[in-house]
Amino acid sequence: VTRVSAPVDQGRRIGSVEILAVVLVLLVVLRNPLAGLISAPALQTWTTVFVSVLVQAVPFLVFGVVLSAVIAVYVPRSFWARALPRHPALAVPAASVAGVVLPGCECGSVPIAGSLIRRGVTPAAALAFLLAAPAVNPIVLVATAVAFPDNPEMVLARGVASLIVAMIMGWMWLRLGRAEWIRLPHRPDLDDMSRGRAFWAAARHDIMHAGGFLVLGAAAAATINVLVPEAWLQTLAGNPVLSVLALAVLAVLLSICSEADAFVAASLSQFSLTSRLVFLVVGPMVDLKLISMQTGVFGRRFAARFSPATFVVAVVIGVAVGSVLL
Amino acid sequence: VNRQAQAVIMLLFGGAILKAGFTDLYLRYVKEGLRPFLLAAGFLLVAGAVMTLWYEFRRPAGRDEHAHHEPRVGWLLILPVLGLLLVAPPALGAYAAGQAGSVLAAQSSESDYPALPPGDPVPVTLLDYASRAVFDDGRSLTGRTIRLTGFLTPGADGRPVLARMILSCCAADGRPIKVGLDGDDIGAGSDGNTWVQVDGVYSERRGVDTINQAAVPYLTVTAWQEITPPKQQYE
Repeated sequence: VTRVSAPVDQGRRIGSVEILAVVLVLLVVLRNPLAGLISAPALQTWTTVFVSVLVQAVPFLVFGVVLSAVIAVYVPRSFWARALPRHPALAVPAASVAGVVLPGCECGSVPIAGSLIRRGVTPAAALAFLLAAPAVNPIVLVATAVAFPDNPEMVLARGVASLIVAMIMGWMWLRLGRAEWIRLPHRPDLDDMSRGRAFWAAARHDIMHAGGFLVLGAAAAATINVLVPEAWLQTLAGNPVLSVLALAVLAVLLSICSEADAFVAASLSQFSLTSRLVFLVVGPMVDLKLISMQTGVFGRRFAARFSPATFVVAVVIGVAVGSVLL
Repeated sequence: VNRQAQAVIMLLFGGAILKAGFTDLYLRYVKEGLRPFLLAAGFLLVAGAVMTLWYEFRRPAGRDEHAHHEPRVGWLLILPVLGLLLVAPPALGAYAAGQAGSVLAAQSSESDYPALPPGDPVPVTLLDYASRAVFDDGRSLTGRTIRLTGFLTPGADGRPVLARMILSCCAADGRPIKVGLDGDDIGAGSDGNTWVQVDGVYSERRGVDTINQAAVPYLTVTAWQEITPPKQQYE
């Protein structure tokens, strides 16, 4: 079989590189007309926001991918069995708390969670980690404290609400989740490779995969950023129910990194503290670039269920915690 | 995308990130503090590309496994390369500032404002000027000549106001800080995105940003001139 398919693959490979070369040459030749096309201020702002979301996310993506390749290649499967409580229901809170100490961004935690599942960690725990890691870590909590100097209780409320959501989602997965919803993308079989080779193969695959979906998400976020004028939002601020829903949806659409969203929330000063807390709880767990990356890494059937469920739980818990603590 | 093409895309992507990090290009999109991480990420991407090519050319012939399973979505990584190397969009300016409300509402109202540093005129950031003016009633500003630098953007009444974008993480969260200008035809005939340096004194006049009802303090301008945009356009 290999012999028969080898010439075909040979043809495909040359094709792929050649297409790339032609595309690149065309882009360089057409550079000036292209630049002219996007000179309108709205399009220019779109391009700036698109590029900046990516530039901001690249270090987190790369470090997350490297960490996930290390997990895939250098951490033996037995390690996770020993590190996490054996009972899945106990592994969920343990993984959530592990997410707290690991400073990271949502773009990095998606490939890490995928890698954990591949290495035999129970999906419920990996998903709790996925939600907790970007939402509650030291950098994010300090940023929140700086952004809300007059409301230190915001930091506590954010941490508590995010942890609760992460654990609820983990436990919900134990009760309702089905293993077949998660379809991890085919990754080159790492077991029969040397370790160095396996490491780079895993890293390359994840960069191309998660990176491609990150580009999609960044484009969507930039579009929303340009299309939704802030003036519309402000008209919703007066209504307690609408303001919560508006900021929850905005958090999904804007896809701001969790290190920065507190500053944006602080500047939405017309809105109630509770609605801004919901913005901070939803944002790191469900947003356009995350949905895009989760679709890529875990599969469409997973993302179509997990993201809406997380959204609802995050809004409910955000309102509940907000009404108690704020 | 087969592995060689992936390696080329990674190389270009890493190269674009490195180029942005080694020049001042990255300052248009992210905070200065991200630079070391950008450079590290760029080097790792280039290393990944080189290692992929290395293993690819050393691979024994006939062991070509699963070429068709390679992620096709990776092609999209060409877009940021294109954006950084060919287009290099400018920093957020007058258009973005006109779309969003002034950030001043976010400031703490209990801070102490120390005396301004010496200098005549004394250069002050827009955010510092606006906070001192609005939350400290300009106490630390009276009697001094202030120098502000920013770009002109149309204000609520159609007259240009001075603005500067503030980033907390990247340009996606960029928000403007706005200061009104009292005085003769500043920026008359400006087509937006004109950078100016204005000298002036504290004014008690207050405006309101119609987008988010944030207070917009004013400066009574005594002198102004157009300047070339600074290297770091954000505050």
